Amino acid sequence: MNDAPKNVAEPDEATRTWWEATREHRLVVQVCGDCGHAQHPPRTLCTGCGRTDTLGHHDSDGTGVVDACTVVMRAPDADHEAPYVVARVRLPEGVILLSNIVTDDPHAVRIGDPVTVSWQPLDDGRALPVFRPVFTPQEN
Amino acid sequence: MTVAIVGAAECDLGSTGLSILGLQTQAITRALADAGLSLADVDGIATTSVARFSATSLAEHLGIQPAWTDSTFAGGSAYEMFVARAAQAIEAGQCHTVVISYASNQRSAKSRSLGGVYEAHTPEAQFEQPYGPLYPASYYAMAAGQYLHKYGASREDLAEVAVAAREQALLNPRAFRYDAGPLTVDDVLGAKPLSTPLTVADCCLVTDGGGAIVLTSLERARDLPKPPVLVLGYGESTTNASMTAVDDLTVTGAVASGAAAFARAGLTPADVDVAQLYDSFTITVLLSLEALGFCAPGEAGDLVRSRGLPLNTSGGGLSYCHPGQFGVLLLVEAVRQLRGECGDRQVADAEVALAHGTGGILSTHATVLLGVDR
Repeated sequence: MNDAPKNVAEPDEATRTWWEATREHRLVVQVCGDCGHAQHPPRTLCTGCGRTDTLGHHDSDGTGVVDACTVVMRAPDADHEAPYVVARVRLPEGVILLSNIVTDDPHAVRIGDPVTVSWQPLDDGRALPVFRPVFTPQEN
Repeated sequence: MTVAIVGAAECDLGSTGLSILGLQTQAITRALADAGLSLADVDGIATTSVARFSATSLAEHLGIQPAWTDSTFAGGSAYEMFVARAAQAIEAGQCHTVVISYASNQRSAKSRSLGGVYEAHTPEAQFEQPYGPLYPASYYAMAAGQYLHKYGASREDLAEVAVAAREQALLNPRAFRYDAGPLTVDDVLGAKPLSTPLTVADCCLVTDGGGAIVLTSLERARDLPKPPVLVLGYGESTTNASMTAVDDLTVTGAVASGAAAFARAGLTPADVDVAQLYDSFTITVLLSLEALGFCAPGEAGDLVRSRGLPLNTSGGGLSYCHPGQFGVLLLVEAVRQLRGECGDRQVADAEVALAHGTGGILSTHATVLLGVDR
């Protein structure tokens, strides 16, 4: 298990909308209103079509699939306590987020596992999205 | 191509207690002596990690005012990129003799951290650092996990890369693990886990060290004491800064950098007699072998196990030396193999060598093909 860090680097004009949504526990994805391209992290141009004036955000449904994962066995700092899972989580929109899979059994997490978002509070009122395994009947 | 490498040398390796500039000076003066040249001949400098203005600081330290410099910061692949840039600058007439050098005292200075360094203004500080990945190890670990999952490969396939590297290090008196004895697959699998599926034995060393090479025109090279090593081709590809940009972690920028280098040289992987592939982690070698076309996807484990391709003959970053950026030492070993200077580890009749650098988190890729002067 890992304890969330209490502080995360400040948002900028590109990422503020994304972080503000976390205060309401909404996971959003930046999408281009012109070409429909979804991208993460949020930025000031669409890497699909190059436009800078058509970017918006839409609410993701909070589900995802583990795209890649590793169990960190030696923590890099005092905010984390090994072992814990670092994973790439692929959202239905196609974008990939780096995150943690919060579970009592870190070594059981596999590529392809379905996961759902969970929130860890930060000191400034924002929240950090992490993911938990979704237990399907065949796993029980 | 009309440019050749005419000098190559290491600085002191291992745990030296020396400064970065002191180690740089060793590497450069030794490489120039190897080339039969002096600092007065040098009008081009390429280096990184000396200071914020790396080439500038190094040039002043050496007491020269170069007509060309490059400090492209691309991690371990920068030195293969520098070969391309230097060849172009020499061919264009901007400068005549270039020194490419690197040195680090990271072991003595204990300057390496498991989590890496995040700059607060970057997207990664907001979207990656909070989750505590080891940088770069956890990214390579996730790539390894995808590789094992995709191809049904095993941790033993990864471990074999470290075993093969140790075999080479036992033949290289300058290797950090020269006296360490053989390594077994079980040793690697049983080593302390770092970021699964990688153990500490899947990871490169943390040592002091570095090296330098000297390049000049082939015309001039033919008048110098050592046989020239020709720059036959080069290519590069930059793919990602973050851990989430690349869709498939098992397909790297080495596909593009290798294809460009082979096309420029008019060669194929079958022409390569000896390969020096950046081995920051065992997985890096498997991915690079496949991306560069030495074998089909999923078959690199078998290729390494067969010892069918002379590979990382110095002992590599895993067992010889890894000073943070290993790229220049790939070039030093490639040059020595082509000159026939490698003693017990010499690959017989090596005429074409490949050096492939990888930087960051599989971020930057640069391939160089070198050959003897026929």
